[in-house]
Amino acid sequence: MLHAHLSPGPLPSRMQLTKDGKLKHFLTIEGLPPLLLEEILDRAEQFVTLPNKQQKKAPLLRGKTVMNLFFENSTRTRVTFEIAAQRLGADVTNLDIRTSSASKGETLLDTVRNLEAMNADMFVVRHEHAGAAHFIARYCAPHISVLNAGDGRHSHPTQAMLDMFTIRQKKGSFQPLKVAIVGDVLHSRVARSQIHALTTLATGEVRVVAPKTLVPAGIEKMGVNVFHHMEEGIEDVDVVIMLRLQRERMQTALLPSEREFFKLYGLTEARLKHAKPDAIVMHPGPINRGVEIDSRVADGIQSVILEQVTNGIAVRMAVMSMIMGPQGGAA
Amino acid sequence: MSLLIRNARVVDPASGLDGQRTLLIDGGRIAAIAETSAAFVADEEINAKGLWVFPGAIDLSAWLREPGLDQKATLASETFAAATSGITTLCYQPEPRASFDNAAQVKLIYDLNRRSQYANVEVLGNLTQGLKGEQLSNMASLKRAGCVGVSNGLQPFHSLQTLRRAMEYAATHDLTVFIYPLEHALAAGGYMHEGEVSARLGLPAIPSAAETVAVAQTLALASHTGAKVHFCRLSARLSVRLIRQAKASDLEITADVAAHQLFLTDRDVSDFNPLCHVMPPLRSTRDLEALREGLADGTIDAICSDHQPHEVDAKLAPFQQTEPGISALETLLPLTLRLVEDGVLSLSEALRKVTIAPASIIGSEAGEISVGAPADLVLFDPAALWELDLNHMHSSGQNSPFGGWNFNGAVKRTLLAGKTVFSA
Repeated sequence: MLHAHLSPGPLPSRMQLTKDGKLKHFLTIEGLPPLLLEEILDRAEQFVTLPNKQQKKAPLLRGKTVMNLFFENSTRTRVTFEIAAQRLGADVTNLDIRTSSASKGETLLDTVRNLEAMNADMFVVRHEHAGAAHFIARYCAPHISVLNAGDGRHSHPTQAMLDMFTIRQKKGSFQPLKVAIVGDVLHSRVARSQIHALTTLATGEVRVVAPKTLVPAGIEKMGVNVFHHMEEGIEDVDVVIMLRLQRERMQTALLPSEREFFKLYGLTEARLKHAKPDAIVMHPGPINRGVEIDSRVADGIQSVILEQVTNGIAVRMAVMSMIMGPQGGAA
Repeated sequence: MSLLIRNARVVDPASGLDGQRTLLIDGGRIAAIAETSAAFVADEEINAKGLWVFPGAIDLSAWLREPGLDQKATLASETFAAATSGITTLCYQPEPRASFDNAAQVKLIYDLNRRSQYANVEVLGNLTQGLKGEQLSNMASLKRAGCVGVSNGLQPFHSLQTLRRAMEYAATHDLTVFIYPLEHALAAGGYMHEGEVSARLGLPAIPSAAETVAVAQTLALASHTGAKVHFCRLSARLSVRLIRQAKASDLEITADVAAHQLFLTDRDVSDFNPLCHVMPPLRSTRDLEALREGLADGTIDAICSDHQPHEVDAKLAPFQQTEPGISALETLLPLTLRLVEDGVLSLSEALRKVTIAPASIIGSEAGEISVGAPADLVLFDPAALWELDLNHMHSSGQNSPFGGWNFNGAVKRTLLAGKTVFSA
């Protein structure tokens, strides 16, 4: 039995589907069929109207237990998962693993084994290392589903799906669109998931715009066009997605200064004029005003940043209900 | 005790021999080689009809872990695994918790190995004290203790000046410097090859330049210092080109590659397979092809296992938290011979890469079939078919990505100094 642990197992894209094609885990968008992505978006439509109603809850997951396992701190993301699970009627437990078992030397697998024994149905996992959610999904008990809430630079699939939801809300179809993703693509799990989602949904053109230091080698193979000049990169696009730039990048010889980055890649009103007049501006948050984006753009009429936050709950409700609800993928 | 091996196809790249011969072994050495065996009498006789006999493989790189990392493997466990795999000499690689600053530590290894004696163990001494890359090691006494070369393993040098002085001092004592070419600043703590797969997986990556820059720097210093340099575990296309160019000059350099680098690429990491977490990382298909070309044209002299056995927990974590390395003794010969099936090398060329070529790099008298040579031999059944089953590996480490692979040909018997150390 020991050696079964060492075999690599199925590809992440394959292991997240049940035999009949239902979602069992949600680890990455890569390899998922377009119809399934559309199903997530369609289902999210049902939940997005709920905040306007008296009854916000849709108790599809009553009796289920969701555990938020955050090995890396992120209050905002954790709260959106928590609200989504609660609105579906699930019991939610939040565990900040950094300050507990991991620091006592327990292995990730031991941590998972212990939590399994507490009758969890779903682990929502955030981890600093790429592939961690995949690892947990591979080794946890078969009745548990894993929802990736961000693993290293690899994947953040629900964030990407809420971005897709927002784009569809504003633009309708993906096929005619040109979408530019701007900024620190190298370190961004959000960008990777957005690229997989956009290409799966047959978006007209997906661009990444950044200096060479922030573009991973070989990214063209993911089906994107690479631009190093902002004006050229956002010329005539329908959607501009700005990525968060962490300040520590200035200290690791990736960028000379925030000022220069903003000067060359910051989204200002003047620069936004290169995009289509009705282009929307997105950002996964939290935003750095004056670094990636000018306040007038962030708060301007083309910005849909706050709508993304609202949509985040609906999309997470959709994914959780598809996995654990009636006719979901989990047993 | 004497031994007669009749009717075998004897293949010895060192002498160019490939034909039916009878071998007489006496006193641990090859006593006679003849086309017929009528005149020979021996204590034991083997009719090796249908089998091949070739020199036992010499593996330039095995991380044998003991002493210091005994939870992963011991000398006894790994030398036995070597014997089952047709390897008769292993070159112990220094690592921070299992390395050699002085003669006593080297002698300890020889003493430990003498107890089991499944394979010869040769030792690479530390190039710098504690492998810290700062102060020169006691190279003269390491050489007297029997070290076949000096190396800093995977550890970085404090400066190029330290490397230069270390190479000069090694040259003073006629010691070959084994260099693991890696510019650590460029590797930047990466985990896999930088390319389209790392872009997709979001794993921090190591560019090929991290290796080729180090190769170029070391070649310049080899030229300056006159040191004999052996380049360990090449993985990148441009490294092969640089070594090829340098070999055309008068530099005394040699190079090797790990067998798994000739069969796996970064695509095998696509599913975060921790068994494919190795250093140097598995690179692109173009790199793999260049390594195979380098082998075929002689730029790369030897194939080694780069055997790194691990306990199960070392690989049971998300990719970035796993330890690099493959348990590779048991696939060295099978993968090398698969290069013959793939049309990369002839049988004789393939065996050369694991016998006489590594023997000459470490100055071993083994690695050939000639009268007077040590009788370190493999009897090999080319008709056997088998599958690598991780549950039945002989090494303490079962961390191999080749589980489930099928191989043609199997080791039937391994002789070390004429003594049978493994028999299937």
